[in-house]
Amino acid sequence: MIEEIRSIIRDHARLPVDVDTLADDTDLYQAGMTSHASVNVMLGLEDRFDIEFPDHMLKRSVFESIAAIAAALKDLQVSAAA
Amino acid sequence: MALRVGIDLVSVDTVRESVSEHGEHYLARVYTEREVRDCTTPAGLDPERLAARFAAKEATLKVLRPGDVGVPWFEIEALRSADGWVGLELAGAAAKLAEEAGITELALSITHEGGFASAAVVASCASETGNQDR
Repeated sequence: MIEEIRSIIRDHARLPVDVDTLADDTDLYQAGMTSHASVNVMLGLEDRFDIEFPDHMLKRSVFESIAAIAAALKDLQVSAAA
Repeated sequence: MALRVGIDLVSVDTVRESVSEHGEHYLARVYTEREVRDCTTPAGLDPERLAARFAAKEATLKVLRPGDVGVPWFEIEALRSADGWVGLELAGAAAKLAEEAGITELALSITHEGGFASAAVVASCASETGNQDR
């Protein structure tokens, strides 16, 4: 999952640095991801994982790092399986 | 009474690319039907207008200070009035945050030039303690 998230960030986050140089807990906003780019990351994640982020998850903390995104996706997948 | 101000800048090219790449998925997750209508010209969707509205949404979020509260972008709506000025309408979590902050009035100005769109939002608040703990 982490590598898929990294791939989506590479394609959509428009970071000024190579995503491979970022740790899983690096703050993506501090690394240069704009708010608008975070929308594209969200859309890319929704397309790739066939999920929809609910309204209460549309907040900065959900998309602020690779680890945070992975945790959110796991929560959504657990909810979908329940 | 206290004032809050928010400002944001958006690259029009990034919005154009989002429309091209994600199409309806992008529009439906970010904009209201009324906003899309306001941004539609005889030549099609105008990415400059969309970018200005996205900047308005982000500038409004800076005023609302949502902290860890999720706010869908479409709950912040930038609408053009018949006389040409733009204003804001809030719904859902965005409206709740404004109420909790004691925001009594919101004013919006948008502009676009040279490949960028910008928005500024000013809010008057009944107090400055509304959502400081978020």
